[in-house]
Amino acid sequence: MNIVLRLAWRNLWRHSKRTWLTIGAMVFSNVLLVFMISIQFGMYGLMIDNTLQVFTGHMQIQAPGYKDDQKMRQTVPDIVPLASKLREAFQTDTIAARGWAFGLASSEERSYGIGIFGVEPTFEPHVSSIPGLIKDGRYLRDNDATEIVLGAVLARNLRVTTGDELTLLGSGRDGSFAAAVLVVVGIFESGVADIDRNFAEMPLQSFQDIFYMDGAGHQVVISATTLDEAELLRPGIVAALPLDSDLVVHDWDTLLPGLKQAIQADMGSAFFMYGILVILVAFSVLNTQLMSVLERTHEFGIVMSLGLKPGRLGRLVMLETAMMGLIGFVLGAIAGALFTSWFTVNGLSIPGMEEMAANFNLPARVYPQVTPWTMVAGPLVVFLFTLLAALYPALRLHRLHPVEAMRAN
Amino acid sequence: MTAVRCVDLCKTYRQGDQDIKALDHVSIEIQQGGFVCLSAPSGGGKTTLLNAIGGLDIPDSGEVWIADQRIDEMSKGELADLRLASIGFVFQAYNLIPVLTAQENVEFVMQVQGIPAASRREKSLAILEEVGLKGLESRRPAEMSGGQQQRVAVARAIVSRPALVLADEPTANLDSKTSDELMALFTELNEHHNTTFVIATHDQRVMGYAKRLVRMLDGRIVDDIEQHAA
Repeated sequence: MNIVLRLAWRNLWRHSKRTWLTIGAMVFSNVLLVFMISIQFGMYGLMIDNTLQVFTGHMQIQAPGYKDDQKMRQTVPDIVPLASKLREAFQTDTIAARGWAFGLASSEERSYGIGIFGVEPTFEPHVSSIPGLIKDGRYLRDNDATEIVLGAVLARNLRVTTGDELTLLGSGRDGSFAAAVLVVVGIFESGVADIDRNFAEMPLQSFQDIFYMDGAGHQVVISATTLDEAELLRPGIVAALPLDSDLVVHDWDTLLPGLKQAIQADMGSAFFMYGILVILVAFSVLNTQLMSVLERTHEFGIVMSLGLKPGRLGRLVMLETAMMGLIGFVLGAIAGALFTSWFTVNGLSIPGMEEMAANFNLPARVYPQVTPWTMVAGPLVVFLFTLLAALYPALRLHRLHPVEAMRAN
Repeated sequence: MTAVRCVDLCKTYRQGDQDIKALDHVSIEIQQGGFVCLSAPSGGGKTTLLNAIGGLDIPDSGEVWIADQRIDEMSKGELADLRLASIGFVFQAYNLIPVLTAQENVEFVMQVQGIPAASRREKSLAILEEVGLKGLESRRPAEMSGGQQQRVAVARAIVSRPALVLADEPTANLDSKTSDELMALFTELNEHHNTTFVIATHDQRVMGYAKRLVRMLDGRIVDDIEQHAA
């Protein structure tokens, strides 16, 4: 090994307890960072996946302006053939056409304003979790059947159950009066009160007939396995749209800006806390290296008198810090990953957080995800701040004069 | 050929509210191959003069020349390069790097000089044998006696064959036998390699080895005599 490396390594262990204490602070903060970041990003992933799985999907094709106004007449023409063409082009079932309208649903006893989706019964289960959440009855089957599935709270409010009939009144695409009698075939329960209280689904073809859609719909929903896959898929989807159309493709974060903002706000406060932790560690390193430099002032004077420039001495201090930081980095990342892995298997539940978790479509028990990124990101920042903290003691050596340094004890 | 030339050097230190004249218009010229002892009581200015010659301390006024280079106007970096290439230092307190072995201490300066590893190893082993430390190469300073440590310090100072060696009280912590061995080594290097030695001391035995004895008092040279070495 190079003598300078040997010197740096041995210098590190001159006061082994002090060095281990500093490394201990790094390891502790790294374990904490790996754990917290794994939980945080695991939760974000779950929040996004679970939210997108309900209705939104990773992308939607819409008419321009529909996202903001949601007017009946802002439609995607020939929506079923378009969805079919895309499914064929991308060899996937995770693309489905939908219509969307507001209406008044009336039972024998009560009436409520609802939002109603017209869906393709065959493909909707591939883009939405609602078909899998039927707790009573069954999901939609035939594309042209006059049947409906409702949220559990809505069914309770309307006092209907499976087999009962509902009258649906609304406005057609052309502004005309739309009305139909639909049989309740299923009741779903998502666990999110807003969804269970306000939404219903019916077959798309019946929807098109009732609301005079003339083959049109409002959104083609595209689901991907991951956000990364969705990003890769996007250019192909855009390219596959009819050349003469002015249809637009919206990503999930455009469709659900609130979700993105909630994640950003959470990330902001979390990173503020991480920043404080990293700065505390950096000060610990600064203290260690400053002491180390001060107590070696005499020795530095000697080597300067032998012809070493302050820059080289500064690099030696930086090398010592880098070695210490690297030990903290490796031990912290490994210990953090092992610690977090236990929770990846067994999960973590925070008492009293269940209701809030449900609002974000999260399960009561959270399973952190250890990835190379969550394992390395925090420790890497600690490592960089460690080096940054050592800059001051290293630069201080530039002010050192050999004679004055040699007089120091 | 002139190895060292100091012209009208002055250096004043402030101690409390008193100005101490460490060097008071000192001029001296030392030829290459010279073996000079600077002798003075404590505070007489010998260490200050040695530091000025080595570029460790900058005089308030006057000129310091090493060979044909004026060093009192050099930058810190240039002075460091000069010391690395041309000057060897031996200190009273040995001043070895405690975490390095004897051989590593000797090799350290050579590594900074950019000498390849194989050559470093060869030279360091040879010089340690020359100063009588064969077999002790792997010992750290704390595992060696004072005399052995001073020999390592000397080996470190001379391994690159500098033209000039500056030694500040090199025998102060050594017994008389070890002192004699060290001075014999200096004499041999001076005679065989034409290395110039400037030694600050108040050890009469050391002065006996010098070809030239310069006595200082209160920052001034009061006596400068050629003598026959022991």
